[in-house]
Amino acid sequence: MGGTPTDIQLLDANGLRLDGRRPDELRPITIKADALKRADGSAYLEWGGNKVLAAVYGPRECHPRHRQDPMKAVVQCKYNMASFSVSDRKRPGPDRRSQEISKIISEALEHVVLTQYFPRTSVDVFIEVLQADAGTRCAGLTAASVALADAGVPMRDMIASCAAGKIDDTIIIDLRKEEDNCGQADLPLGIIPRTGEIVLLQMDGDLSIEEFYTALTMATEACHKISALQKEALRKRYSVAPEEVSDEVEEAIDAIAHGEEVDEPEEHDEKQEES
Amino acid sequence: MTKKLLSDITIDHIRSMIEKDKRVDGRTREEFRPIKIQKNYVATAEGSALVTLGDTKLLVGVKCLVGEPYKDTPNSGVLTTNAELIPMANETFESGPPNERSIEVARVVDRGIREGQAIDFDKLCITPEEEVWKTFVDIHVLDYDGNLFDAANMGAVAALKSAIIPASRFDKGEDFPFPMKHMPISTTFVKLDGYLVVDPNYDEENVARSRLTIATLENGRLCAMQKGLGGSFSRADVEKAIELSLRFGNLIRDQIESAGE
Repeated sequence: MGGTPTDIQLLDANGLRLDGRRPDELRPITIKADALKRADGSAYLEWGGNKVLAAVYGPRECHPRHRQDPMKAVVQCKYNMASFSVSDRKRPGPDRRSQEISKIISEALEHVVLTQYFPRTSVDVFIEVLQADAGTRCAGLTAASVALADAGVPMRDMIASCAAGKIDDTIIIDLRKEEDNCGQADLPLGIIPRTGEIVLLQMDGDLSIEEFYTALTMATEACHKISALQKEALRKRYSVAPEEVSDEVEEAIDAIAHGEEVDEPEEHDEKQEES
Repeated sequence: MTKKLLSDITIDHIRSMIEKDKRVDGRTREEFRPIKIQKNYVATAEGSALVTLGDTKLLVGVKCLVGEPYKDTPNSGVLTTNAELIPMANETFESGPPNERSIEVARVVDRGIREGQAIDFDKLCITPEEEVWKTFVDIHVLDYDGNLFDAANMGAVAALKSAIIPASRFDKGEDFPFPMKHMPISTTFVKLDGYLVVDPNYDEENVARSRLTIATLENGRLCAMQKGLGGSFSRADVEKAIELSLRFGNLIRDQIESAGE
């Protein structure tokens, strides 16, 4: 970050990156919804060399009490890196960096959660970085959005997040560690895919105005791709395979399709039973 | 909030089944939950292990760095064990500095490894009195559904066994496998309505009044114990627990040896 002078060539003669990616290519991403038992909602995400878990508890009683709002719920995110997630052991516990990240992610999520329905409560979001390879705040926010949906917290949309940056005077997306450390700029972005609203934006380094807009466009496009993966993860967890639909439900669906009135089949929702 | 409130009906259910040698998750009193161990789960660590014990899930990472030895052991490396009970893992965990619960877990795991002479500390010496390998074992609890002690112990032993000392990264010669001599394995019991029950899940832990953890070695010797909670054990209970912990120790040791990456 910040254009550290370096001998490492981050782009080869063909314009490909260290790991062979094109400038606008994402690293492989897999998202799994409902990864933990105890949490109300959770998600596990692997994004290149990043391994991130997100868990949601709530809406529940707000701690500390003075944070509670009589008009709406507060969203409290805690971003934390495991001590072994980086090459030099990180001292456990919050540092200034993780407190800042926690704050901006809380604020981004507060914008999509329908907080007005849960006055005086807190929606607690925990992001644990188990293995880090740059872009952990974007990975964390992406995973947290899936975890919130998994918890059944009402939201306007799931936030998707991805960073853009600059290496060797070329705008790229989804920086990995070497590109982040030796690159010229880094621009993490989080958007609401449905409306295009920007809910997280940071930048450090050196960009011209044109470069900034290129980076913003590229990161936005990447966010839309990530948004599709988030939805896919939820579908994979919650869609019911045709053979699993009981005859009773099938008959009911048929009846509705033919405009008949039917008794609603009972819903079986494990999550609700637990809470 | 350090304890979950359980409904009377749940408590009665757990108790009435124990008498018939049955448990809420379908086990008998002397049965462990399924164990899964994945070594080297985290690429940024020197060694690591992801352990699932039923629905309890935790990740242990080992990091090494060069540091000074303690004055009284100039030829020995240094081991630090730390447990993070992060609020993600359970509604009763709170963020902040280590509390008495996480300190107890870390210390019981540390005691098993240290007293069981799991590590050849002399091989962690680089230059006597000056430089040794300092090893951090960090236990990161992800999903807490009971019996942290045993899951953390398995994770720590598996992570250490999978660790490679990164000597070349510190210009201290060639990388070498972490020097392990023994595998201390712990087994935890609780007393439920007068019966000894192994590997308690979260609800059982909340009903139980006493807990006993016993760490054993492959040679059939004991290396660490810890009794917890307010209740008590009889001598007969302890004898039975020791016998069982030797048997489970061997089973778990085999699982750690054969665990994949």
